[in-house]
Amino acid sequence: MIIRLRFSKNGKIRFIGHRDVARVFERAMRAANLPVAYSEGFSPRPKLAFGLALAVGYESDNEYLDVVLSEPVELADVCARLSATLPAGLDLIDVGHLDRRGTSLMEAVTSCEWVIDVEHEDPNALRASVDALLAADRVIITRERKGKPVEDNIRPDLLSLKVLMNTENATNRIVAELGTEGRSLRPAEMLTALSTALTVTRVRRTHQWISHGEDRIEPHEAAVSRAAYTGACA
Amino acid sequence: MWTQLEPLLDRVQKPARYIGGEGGAQVPEHAPEKVAWLLTYPDTYEVGLPNQGLQILYEIVNERDDAVAERSYAPWTDMEAELRRAGLPLFSVDTHRPASTFDIIAFNLSAELTYTNLLNCVDLAGSPVRTADRELDDLFVIVGGHCTYNPEPIADFVDAVVLGDGEEVIGEITDVFTEWKTGGREGGRASVLRHLAGVEGVYVPSLYEPVYDGKALVETRPLFADVPARIEKRTIADLGDWPYPKTPLVPITEVVHDRLNVEVFRGCTRGCRFCQAGMITRPVRERPAEQVRTMIADGIARTGYDEVALTSLSTADFSGITNVIADTMNDPMCSDVSISLPSLRVDAFGVDIAAELQRGRRTGLTFAPEAGTWRMRQVINKLIREEDLYGAIDSAFSQGWRRSKLYFLTGLPTETDVDTAGIFELARNCVKVGKKHTSGATVTVSVGGFVPKPFTPFQWFGQNTMEEMRRKIGVCLEENRKSKGVQFKWHDPEATLIEGLMSRGDRRVGPVIEEVWRNGGTFQEWSEHLDLQRWLDACAAHDVDLEWYVYRHRTEDEVFPWDHLSAGLHKDFLWQEWRDALDELGLEDCRWTPCYDCGACTGYGIEHVVASATPPAGGSQGTGQDLSVGGEIPVALLNRSSTVVG
Repeated sequence: MIIRLRFSKNGKIRFIGHRDVARVFERAMRAANLPVAYSEGFSPRPKLAFGLALAVGYESDNEYLDVVLSEPVELADVCARLSATLPAGLDLIDVGHLDRRGTSLMEAVTSCEWVIDVEHEDPNALRASVDALLAADRVIITRERKGKPVEDNIRPDLLSLKVLMNTENATNRIVAELGTEGRSLRPAEMLTALSTALTVTRVRRTHQWISHGEDRIEPHEAAVSRAAYTGACA
Repeated sequence: MWTQLEPLLDRVQKPARYIGGEGGAQVPEHAPEKVAWLLTYPDTYEVGLPNQGLQILYEIVNERDDAVAERSYAPWTDMEAELRRAGLPLFSVDTHRPASTFDIIAFNLSAELTYTNLLNCVDLAGSPVRTADRELDDLFVIVGGHCTYNPEPIADFVDAVVLGDGEEVIGEITDVFTEWKTGGREGGRASVLRHLAGVEGVYVPSLYEPVYDGKALVETRPLFADVPARIEKRTIADLGDWPYPKTPLVPITEVVHDRLNVEVFRGCTRGCRFCQAGMITRPVRERPAEQVRTMIADGIARTGYDEVALTSLSTADFSGITNVIADTMNDPMCSDVSISLPSLRVDAFGVDIAAELQRGRRTGLTFAPEAGTWRMRQVINKLIREEDLYGAIDSAFSQGWRRSKLYFLTGLPTETDVDTAGIFELARNCVKVGKKHTSGATVTVSVGGFVPKPFTPFQWFGQNTMEEMRRKIGVCLEENRKSKGVQFKWHDPEATLIEGLMSRGDRRVGPVIEEVWRNGGTFQEWSEHLDLQRWLDACAAHDVDLEWYVYRHRTEDEVFPWDHLSAGLHKDFLWQEWRDALDELGLEDCRWTPCYDCGACTGYGIEHVVASATPPAGGSQGTGQDLSVGGEIPVALLNRSSTVVG
């Protein structure tokens, strides 16, 4: 039985890394006594497959994890038991049943939506620099690949960029949909392409998308059935 | 102060060190009348979090209605810089409160090289580093742990020192503070300190003064008639009464020893003469096997760990260890749990234990022969024979292990290059034994420089000079070239020298520690941060003769800076052990033989708690090994010029 967990990562726990999240889930599932399947071989590993890594310090409304169970379990039961053993800040949203092992999360997800809060910027300058980015045919940034600096055109991965202004507290918000096919475009990389210097106060992943031509779904919608965490059974 | 810390965490390495939120972490309710403890480990979070002593005290204090405990760890240098730049203090990781809102900052001292971190934490907490400068609202600084058996180098910085097991005494200390706080803090700090001095096991350095005659210490005497002239350590009689930690902390980021730890016994009477832990934690007190099983099963179920370490000194000596391991392996709730035994004597490690262990995931296997020749092992009383070691290696490799780690010491009393080279002969032979089972057999040899410690038979021994340690490492490197399949690692002789200064230093060493700290010398146990020149300069500035403290052999009439403290051991027992060491005479474990009257049991009216009436099968202790035969040539230690300076 393959299940897809959807969870959020908020608050203090945003400072733990991707590997830490993996270890925390492994232990939480053991403590919840869920029948996680293990790989064969000299050092058996639990069969967990995470989606795209979230950088240390970022929050997320929608993170995903596929788990192979060695025997069927009620989805509502998984939800309740696992919610009780996960640490504060990693909160289960729902659990879906995948009828078959499809493409891995890492390959399936084609883009992510990010909400980036920035401080004390001249809103007009920020909007102008975002507009300039969208108007360009090519946007070249320098990033590292295998330890060497390379120049990449990131324009194809800038799927959508909007600036929402809040004149009251000098906080501005960039909502960005960034492509993840091939090499994922990270929010921090996108920001280096803007002509204005920014102070970022908060970055949150709000959605992950799987596109098929004109259609797009979120990973949890791929499940044939789902159970949401209600809080009642924790 | 979380909202103030949060922006800093975006700029430091490993921010997860500072967020708390572990499984089992508590959110205690503070109140003005409650005694608030900030339990602090003076090293990084990764090193400090697993510390079992602090986890035990954390639970015991929080079970009380009149007290709360939170935890703190030394912030890494980048975080310290951020805190100081922002004008923020040391904080607790549980509820992110400033350290100054606590009554007591209590440190576990497991390593002397953390002393400068202790000063740094107190300073970051906003209290003066010297006790004499502290005022009513400043923190009380209390220390415990193995280093406190010679607290004199830090005597000017700490308000109180606790000797021995903390389980009972932390309650008695809390009582003193509760009474003081509810009584309107009458009498100020002095009143608390005077009361603490009356609690058994608590030493208040400011109520004592050392008397010197030139360089020599004459005595350390109490300043008041009602202050005890001698402070005895605390010992809990029955470990079964203290099944802690009940809810072990499960970190959400990577730490060392990241596994369930269950302490199976405390104390050790194997009698290794270099080993301070084995001397100061006597007698042996085993946890009832049934309680061990329960603590493993409950701990695994609660934490989700897939590994449990059975901790103690020399774990394989635990009565019925094989049964406990087998029962755990057969428990369906622990089906894929692996067991590790971090402290293993080779003479108690047989194929039965190896076979049981390998049913889980194989963890690393470490043995500590400590010395390369039987002669040397008789001197240090680590009475394991070569055959024992090869037998253990054979047992392990026959059960599928492919590598093993061996710990050794160099710079031991009477050591010659034959002994040093012997380390590699043993290692080569181990590889040979391993190759019978797997062509990829490897052995890692890890060599540490020996530092003589208080309350051991070697407290009279002059430590090898740094140059001599370096030369011996050169001998090792030479030997290692001839040893295929052997990897060699060694400990930095500079760190060994500084550890030596603090291990047997007196109060005159304090200003050196303070100066090194003021010059930025934190995290000295991290080799990339240790700057020997900074220490040498500080010694010169404060007229501290480093070589006199570290390299000098002491004579029988030496007054030690720790003579007014007691680990229960008779000084004449230790002296006799020192003479026997030089005569290469071994001494059997007293668990299964008549008492040698070391003082640890008799002095406190307690006894060993050992379930088995017989020693573990197959070891030197049970084979009638003739220990009375010394080396052929009597060893006159003081003539051995290679170990003496000046």
